Amino acid sequence: MAETIIMTGNTAAAIAAKLCQVQVVAAYPITPQTSIIETLSQFIESGALKAEYVRVESEHSAMTVCISASTVGARVFTSTSSHGLLYMHEQLHWAAGSRLPVVMCCVNRGVGAPWSIFNDQQDSIAQRDTGWIQLYCRDNQEIIDTVIQAYRIAEEVYAPVMVCYDGFVLSHTMMPVCVPDTETVNSFLPPYKPHTFLSAEKPRNINPVIFPGMRHNSEGVLCDGYMEMRYKLQEALEKARDVIVSVGMQYAKLTGRDYSELLWRYKTEDAEILLTGMGSIATEATVAVDQLRQEGIKAGVVGIRAYRPFPRKAIQEALKNAKALIVLEKDISYGFEGALCSDIKAALYGTGLNAPLHNYIAGLGGRDVKAREIYEAVKTSLEDMKSKKAQNKTIWINCRR
Amino acid sequence: MHEIIWHGRGGQGVVVAAQILAEAAYLQGFKGVTSAPTFGPERRGAPLTASTRIADEPLRTFSQIEFADIAVVLDPSLLQVVDIQSSLKAGGLIIINTNLQPADIRLKAGLKLAVIDAVSVALKFHLLKEGAPIVNTPLLGAFARAAGLVSLTYLEKGLRKKLPPQVAAANSLALKTAYEETVMIGE
Repeated sequence: MAETIIMTGNTAAAIAAKLCQVQVVAAYPITPQTSIIETLSQFIESGALKAEYVRVESEHSAMTVCISASTVGARVFTSTSSHGLLYMHEQLHWAAGSRLPVVMCCVNRGVGAPWSIFNDQQDSIAQRDTGWIQLYCRDNQEIIDTVIQAYRIAEEVYAPVMVCYDGFVLSHTMMPVCVPDTETVNSFLPPYKPHTFLSAEKPRNINPVIFPGMRHNSEGVLCDGYMEMRYKLQEALEKARDVIVSVGMQYAKLTGRDYSELLWRYKTEDAEILLTGMGSIATEATVAVDQLRQEGIKAGVVGIRAYRPFPRKAIQEALKNAKALIVLEKDISYGFEGALCSDIKAALYGTGLNAPLHNYIAGLGGRDVKAREIYEAVKTSLEDMKSKKAQNKTIWINCRR
Repeated sequence: MHEIIWHGRGGQGVVVAAQILAEAAYLQGFKGVTSAPTFGPERRGAPLTASTRIADEPLRTFSQIEFADIAVVLDPSLLQVVDIQSSLKAGGLIIINTNLQPADIRLKAGLKLAVIDAVSVALKFHLLKEGAPIVNTPLLGAFARAAGLVSLTYLEKGLRKKLPPQVAAANSLALKTAYEETVMIGE
């Protein structure tokens, strides 16, 4: 029987990895992620989880161990944050390029300099183009559910999945989480059967130096070159959209919790003012929407679950009736605007939708983002948008300028 | 939504108190509960807060509490350090661990006050940690009495769920005694 337990986001992530019966865990401690791997190491030590915990001296090595273990056919898990993720950057490309179904939690934290242990999403956004699928969670229930779904997605698409959630705001906040029972998870997620793996019986050279053109192998077969492999990774991530949706629907059937879309919606049916964002900031925005609606303002929230692959069509459909758009995000692409904002605009290009759009950069380095502040920001934007000159703006919320 | 903020010092069990309250509220039937520590590094003896939110429906607010409905003060010396009364909503309740009488505490207009000598309750039941009295469970008893939000029965259940069995009995007695000894004014 599923059981509801009050727990932190990090406990939810660790329990999810245990339910998925991961076989190898390799991680290096970093705030605010550390309690995930502490919990997992206790599970392994007590025998509750039959897995090998590989201690490493860095995140770069942690990901290397995950890549190696996955290459020989194991289901692997790791987690990190901020500088740990940045230190892994090279190996993130190797994991994706090798098409390995590694699942990792990124407990989102700002990056230095200056030092900050607190939450924003600059760390995972900075890994956007590594070829990893990125899923963002809005609360602790979504953390446990998303990690479980991530293995199905990764093992079907053969691409690594990063499950991202806000450090402290979710990782250290306790709330009720319905934990699916082992039988349900087993029926949803069968043991990992890789289509190919490296073994001592069948030694091979994997990922050798590749030349610009395609080449014949020793058996005379014309093999993919670098570009073909890159094209296939791109195709895999494009295909991942349908996989995420179908996996989500199957999971919904088993648990009754809706994961049927690449996004989630709150009061969007008749909404004219649409707020979007990823993670807990979008959850907080739903409270602002309740307040706006009390004043007769038809506002709604479209929360982004999948950031890569980007839900182009779903966004076009969800935002098509918008008269004003508000994009809230905890990252910045320096010299331009928020990364999510750029992507949303790109997805809307050519659709004919030309609603005014205000991009709010918020909560960097853990600065608190309150529903009240989102509500006030929307009110200010709606007033501001009446002027033709202020149709498209980037605004730093709650920041001295 | 009810927002409760716990003021104490590192090592006093502030975070555990916030968790026990969330656990108890959920057991009592509130569907929305969260508890969170002050985010960031913690040091023994330094002022810190933890929070509990309680609501009928699942919560969607994870930001820090701006103005609380109820403030629980584990260490009375904090009243000189932190302007706790100003962080309360109008009509808010402040529950203080102190051996002073309510009349001896300067209270802002519109606030309600409850006091409990949590130290003497803790000592009565030999609740000590590293030589210092454990005041968090007596304050939960005072909370049950003064806030009228989560009942003593469910707080005891929450406490038994969070604490190891060997200490649950003494804590449970402290909870009940504090409930009886809580003094309130301002209603």
